[in-house]
Amino acid sequence: MGRTLAEKVWDDHVVRRAEGEPDLLYIDLHLLHEVTSPQAFDGLRKSGRKVRRLDLTIATEDHNTPTLDIDKPIADPVSRAQLETLRKNCAEFGVRLHPLGDVEQGVVHVVGPQLGLTQPGTTVVCGDSHTSTHGAFGALAFGIGTSQVEHVLATQTLPMARPKTMAITVNGELPEGVTAKDLILAIIAKIGTGGGQGYILEYRGEAIEKLSMEARMTICNMSIEAGARAGMIAPDETTFDYLKGRPHAPEGADWDAAVEYWKTLRTDDDAEFDAEVVINAEELSPFVTWGTNPGQGAPLSASVPDPASYEDASERFAAEKALEYMGLEAGQPLRSIKVDTVFVGSCTNGRIEDLRAAADLLRGRKVADGVRMLVVPGSARVGLQAVSEGLDVVFKEAGAEWRHAGCSMCLGMNPDQLAPGERSASTSNRNFEGRQGKGGRTHLVSPQVAAATAVLGHLASPADLSDVETRTPAGV
Amino acid sequence: MEAFTTHTGRAVPLRRSNVDTDQIIPAHWLKKVTRDGFEDGLFEAWRKDPEFVLNRPERQGATVLVAGPDFGTGSSREHAVWALQNYGFKAVISSRFADIFRGNSLKNGLLTVVLEQKVVDALWELTEQDPTAEVTVDLEAREVRAEGITASFELDENSRWRLLNGLDDISITLQNEDDIATYEAGRPAYKPRTLKV
Repeated sequence: MGRTLAEKVWDDHVVRRAEGEPDLLYIDLHLLHEVTSPQAFDGLRKSGRKVRRLDLTIATEDHNTPTLDIDKPIADPVSRAQLETLRKNCAEFGVRLHPLGDVEQGVVHVVGPQLGLTQPGTTVVCGDSHTSTHGAFGALAFGIGTSQVEHVLATQTLPMARPKTMAITVNGELPEGVTAKDLILAIIAKIGTGGGQGYILEYRGEAIEKLSMEARMTICNMSIEAGARAGMIAPDETTFDYLKGRPHAPEGADWDAAVEYWKTLRTDDDAEFDAEVVINAEELSPFVTWGTNPGQGAPLSASVPDPASYEDASERFAAEKALEYMGLEAGQPLRSIKVDTVFVGSCTNGRIEDLRAAADLLRGRKVADGVRMLVVPGSARVGLQAVSEGLDVVFKEAGAEWRHAGCSMCLGMNPDQLAPGERSASTSNRNFEGRQGKGGRTHLVSPQVAAATAVLGHLASPADLSDVETRTPAGV
Repeated sequence: MEAFTTHTGRAVPLRRSNVDTDQIIPAHWLKKVTRDGFEDGLFEAWRKDPEFVLNRPERQGATVLVAGPDFGTGSSREHAVWALQNYGFKAVISSRFADIFRGNSLKNGLLTVVLEQKVVDALWELTEQDPTAEVTVDLEAREVRAEGITASFELDENSRWRLLNGLDDISITLQNEDDIATYEAGRPAYKPRTLKV
């Protein structure tokens, strides 16, 4: 019987397989950041161990980093101490680090791909659940805890039980104005936050094949919000074109050998998945969340659901709690929800294509009075690219704040936070209670919906902008 | 890691599903660089409500958390496990755990037990009616016991063996260092490297 993409990559990394034991998997790339690594380095130090493969390890600073005044000392002493700890650990153990201010600094899941380190058929881990992002290249990539970070540093391997496989087949083409973010939010709403638990997802089908690498990363990024540790997309010409010429992409004969291998990384026709979900792309429309987990979402054209409509008692209770926290009424049209803040950025939607999409809608328009809009590039390189295209000017002229790279308001470990009761439209990945700041209320959206929402002041799609003339003639 | 064989203690019934790791330990606590001192951050936002179950006087000193489905969803932060342990929990029972959280818990000796929702319901009813009711989580027998309730649970033999003996994963893996070296010798040249060697 044939094998799935996930099974092929898994099998190629088994260092040791023994009855009654998890497989011991080799790890090709280990990404580190300041939050989940200090206790792992401490563990190495206590047991007198070294980093086994410095040449497969790379670190950057992202979760705590400020997005303003990055040339000044970090104001929060605890954040500063954590970043200094990473710097000390990397210096002591010899790990390559891209610190704040470095041109390669940024959100770890934006940095790996843009350097060309994330490649098809590799295993990628990081002490961060959004490591699933890298699966967009046909890599097997998953988030790990700090004990596992220490394990990989010491051994370059991980003992892992092999998950089951689930195909998410997206047939047809996404309609005009419907993005990868809308698609993944719709998938999570369909299968639930636990639907992918125990599986590696493989996104496939016509709609997926037509997506750019940036859009594929958005999809794979949020696999974890459906409970799946990893999500993958088979590599193809789009993948190879993205990688060619990047700093760490193979060259010459190595490139040819790599591409030959990468082309084998497709699920065989006779392979069987343990589960399959089929989605019709043509039925989709812009999608937003109304609740406090990423599965609590609906098309923007819908209304806030009535908790009484849920048959399952625990879902009903969760919906009641969510509406209470979010300050929403059942039956209220989603478009009527007014926001205070719009955040464009994160490992989900902080890449150049996302910034271009938001800027295209903001060009010649203004952010609504009373709305604060933050645009945070996913990496310093993305920021530079945006500046070279003049996008920063577009954002600033529209009244948005153009910031430096980092995780920023996705989780508010730096000063970019919502105040209690404030409401955001956010291109990030989690709408958990307090995620963006204590008492903050989050609606997850695409960059396009974020931009339209910023202009109109309430949840809105780009199509809503054409109903009202919001562009000044000079800006068109 | 501390070994886990069997534990008996009072329970905290937490009737919530999708308890994500941002609720278990909010992000601003993640700036600490140690594995201890997280107890005050556990369920920090919910604990502001004096009626929250963890704040009730009869729940003080309880060591078994009985939660709704999809416990531990969200981020990979192992701090969530440390916070539960720092607070005093020895075991968490739910009908479904998020994968990364579950893996983290088992690596730290916090036993996460999967039971059917109807058993979780029974444990909620029992411990809500009688806060002094004790719950036993027996890893040797793979069984949870409380008054009127006996339920067996699954845990793969390898994880169970590691927990029962409090074994350190890294030492176990390094016993197979030859296998790792052999694998490394066969890796193709085109694989990415972060440093020039």
